[in-house]
Amino acid sequence: MDLAIALWLCQDAVTNGAIYALIALALVVVFTVTRVIFVPQGEFISYAALSLATLQSGKVPGTIYVLIGGGILVAALDTVAVLRRKSVQPLLGSLLANIFLPVAIAAAAWWSASRPNDLILQIVVTLAIVTPLGPILYRLAFQPLADASVLVLLIIAVAVHYVLTGFGLAFFGGEGLRARMFPDLQFRIGILNISGQSIGVIITSALLMVLLALIFGRTTYGKALRATAINRIGARLVGISYEFSGRLSFALAALIGAVSGILVSPITTIYYDTGLMISLKGFIGAIIGGMTSYAVAVIGSLMVGFLESYASFLASSFKESIVFTLIIPVLLWRSLMTRRVEEEDES
Amino acid sequence: MMRRTLTLAALALLAVAPLVLAEYHVTLMNYIGLAGIVTLGLVLLTGVGGLTSFGQAAFVGLGAYTTAVLTTRYGVSPWLTLLAGLALTFIVSLCLGFITLRLSGHYLPLGTIAWGIAIYFVFGNLDLLGRYSGIAEIPPLTAFGWSLSNDRSFYYLIWAVALLALLVMRNLLDSRSGRAIRTLRNRSLMAENFGVDTARLKIIIFVYAALLAAMSGWLYAHFLRFVSPQPFGLNSSIDYQFMAVIGGATELWGAMIGAALLTLLKEWLKDLLPKVMEQSGNFETIVFGLLVIAMLHRTRDGLVPYFVRLIPAAPRRLQSVKTRPLPQRAQPERGELILQLKGVSKSFGALAAVKDLSFDMRSGEILGLIGPNGAGKSTVFDLMTGVLSADNGEIHFCGARIDDLTGREIARCGLARTYQHVRLLPSMSVLDNAAIGAYLRGREGVWSASLRLDRAEEARLRHEAVDQVGWVGLGGRLFDAAGTLPLGSQRMLEIARALCADPRLLLLDEPAAGQRYQEKQALAELLRALRQRGVSILLVEHDMEFVMGLVDRIVVMNFGEKLAEGSPLEIRRNSAVVEAYLGSVT
Repeated sequence: MDLAIALWLCQDAVTNGAIYALIALALVVVFTVTRVIFVPQGEFISYAALSLATLQSGKVPGTIYVLIGGGILVAALDTVAVLRRKSVQPLLGSLLANIFLPVAIAAAAWWSASRPNDLILQIVVTLAIVTPLGPILYRLAFQPLADASVLVLLIIAVAVHYVLTGFGLAFFGGEGLRARMFPDLQFRIGILNISGQSIGVIITSALLMVLLALIFGRTTYGKALRATAINRIGARLVGISYEFSGRLSFALAALIGAVSGILVSPITTIYYDTGLMISLKGFIGAIIGGMTSYAVAVIGSLMVGFLESYASFLASSFKESIVFTLIIPVLLWRSLMTRRVEEEDES
Repeated sequence: MMRRTLTLAALALLAVAPLVLAEYHVTLMNYIGLAGIVTLGLVLLTGVGGLTSFGQAAFVGLGAYTTAVLTTRYGVSPWLTLLAGLALTFIVSLCLGFITLRLSGHYLPLGTIAWGIAIYFVFGNLDLLGRYSGIAEIPPLTAFGWSLSNDRSFYYLIWAVALLALLVMRNLLDSRSGRAIRTLRNRSLMAENFGVDTARLKIIIFVYAALLAAMSGWLYAHFLRFVSPQPFGLNSSIDYQFMAVIGGATELWGAMIGAALLTLLKEWLKDLLPKVMEQSGNFETIVFGLLVIAMLHRTRDGLVPYFVRLIPAAPRRLQSVKTRPLPQRAQPERGELILQLKGVSKSFGALAAVKDLSFDMRSGEILGLIGPNGAGKSTVFDLMTGVLSADNGEIHFCGARIDDLTGREIARCGLARTYQHVRLLPSMSVLDNAAIGAYLRGREGVWSASLRLDRAEEARLRHEAVDQVGWVGLGGRLFDAAGTLPLGSQRMLEIARALCADPRLLLLDEPAAGQRYQEKQALAELLRALRQRGVSILLVEHDMEFVMGLVDRIVVMNFGEKLAEGSPLEIRRNSAVVEAYLGSVT
């Protein structure tokens, strides 16, 4: 391995690591707020990447049907809740948000499919399709079991992953898709060619992280999420709705997933089931951060990126084995740091 | 008797099934049995122990690949490769368990997912293991010149193993270790206070489940006579977990029912869906995922527990067994120094919960620890029982320093406690709840319990539990679920559990809370009788009438500090105490 290859691998590592870091952040947000170990996070990535690639080829992506179908179900559930007087939420708002909005987004998708060269529009439409899926999933699958144990929530998450992957296969087929390169730039620094794509990934990831930090540090909504993460009952007592925090955290996760998907779509070919691998690597980053620390999760994800990149050069067929084995020394270290027995209060 | 009849009917059906079913259905039943064995391990691990693993298929693979490689490459007898596979799985699961199980709940699923994926890629990339194309021509099993080469003969082997595993698991759960395993789910803190090494038990059940999986893998390899990485990947691990959850992870039969339902459902969907939908696709995963979600929304515990509730159980009666009572600990000489706190402090952040607290206690004494809410009384209990560790100071108990010991080491010294917030296992019987207290007075472990070699000791432990439950006045409700008792009786049950530990010193945290007047009187009588027997009692209580009439001495705490100490009469007259309770007139 000479210096040029080493540097090139390094660039690759940082690019991938940045994506894993975004996923790790989303996982930490969702876990701390709702206790859901959100396995389907990867599906947001593949949905976004595949939707964008489909739009570029002038077709309408099947994800809009998931969006519309999910929206109708949510509206139906809300209507039933109002009829049974379990909820005092105004019905009109739910209908607008869950039926009117998805239909409008679908219309925008039709329109943007006919304009294959309008990249910005297609990116916006892709974000608009994928982001609402987060709160819809939360409402349908997780909210009815909000007080269940971490295990039950995890099983639900895995089932949701199955359903979404199934839809992914049905709508996009087994063939992988790759989006067209964004307008590309090449930089030369010494012996290293740096692609504009990588820089785009790194800058966008960094911006998104800063944005998240601002949301959590400065806004009332962000503080509400943090409060729910720290003490659910306490947050409820001061008037922060658990349902609201859950939906908001899922929306953030979906948005982060969608952005990551758009970022990777021109770099790698994405298949309907690629998302799981990406999100599992994000998981390793999140685990390194103990599922609670954002900063350590980011560092951990970068580590995963480096390990993956160099392993793929040195022992490519064992790349995945090496990456997933990384978790073992990390867990060992964490294990040696804890001394006392923890008691989980689960009902 | 209904349940027994059903079990017998199920067994009879299993016995005649291969004689009447078509070849295809026998094969399906074999797959169900193989999956059932793995799922049974998950019932123990997940349903009873509350731990989640997404790496079971990897252990199945370990068992299958070990025998595949050893029999095809080196011509080793399959019966020896079974031992090799189990040994390898034992080592791997022990290492994995050691590093993940000391951590809180969600590390295990994630750690096992990672391990499952890593080993899957190892299976697929090693030349020795035939890479992704796998290993073919694995020899069939032969025993006494009999070759198990067709599905019907293999059926009996698979189901014999499955039913044996079921029986052994039933034995295990109905034992000293079984009771301790049940505490892992959400009462591990209490279990530690009664001497259970919860971390070790978690590793044991993880290894146990992994060994069952490896066993199933060995059967699988010789049943199919071909292995490839695909059935040992993450998806299969997820399927096993689904089977456990759908069947109902708290009932042993749930494993078999879940395995059957899932296997049949998948077959059925594979047949049905392409007919309904024109496109071929992955529709079965969609329908399947939706069914799992819908089912868990309806019944969180899974199907079998849901139906079991509808079937009446045979009423249980106490069988009188002749057995020697358990040996009792020698109580220290009356009046001897038994407990000593020297300058103990504990802060939570800026809040000093206990400040420089010192007091002594003598054997055979009832000492009341009182003080307004938030005075730090319960923190003192937690410091004494290893739930919290003190920042400063020393605690001595019966001549040993205990403030740096863990909860279970302290339990060995003869200190037992009850809790301000009752910590029972609500779905377990009153008798079994009490018997947890006697954990340290038995020594039979997991393996002897599995093989029913523990019955003599078990009878003595249960006898002790029956005695103590009767002594606190709950003798009529031995077999009721503890959660069905009123709160006051639950507190009494906690006392019975603590007494089963044969303590030198009993720590009672608000035992009179939630009791009616007569019950309080009975409780006071009971505690006096205990004192007569030489047991020392340290009591935190708010009911002043109860305390004043019962205790020998009182220590009053306020804002974490000792405010006063003396006989009930002296405390009543102490102006500082009166001021702390009632406020001062200025």
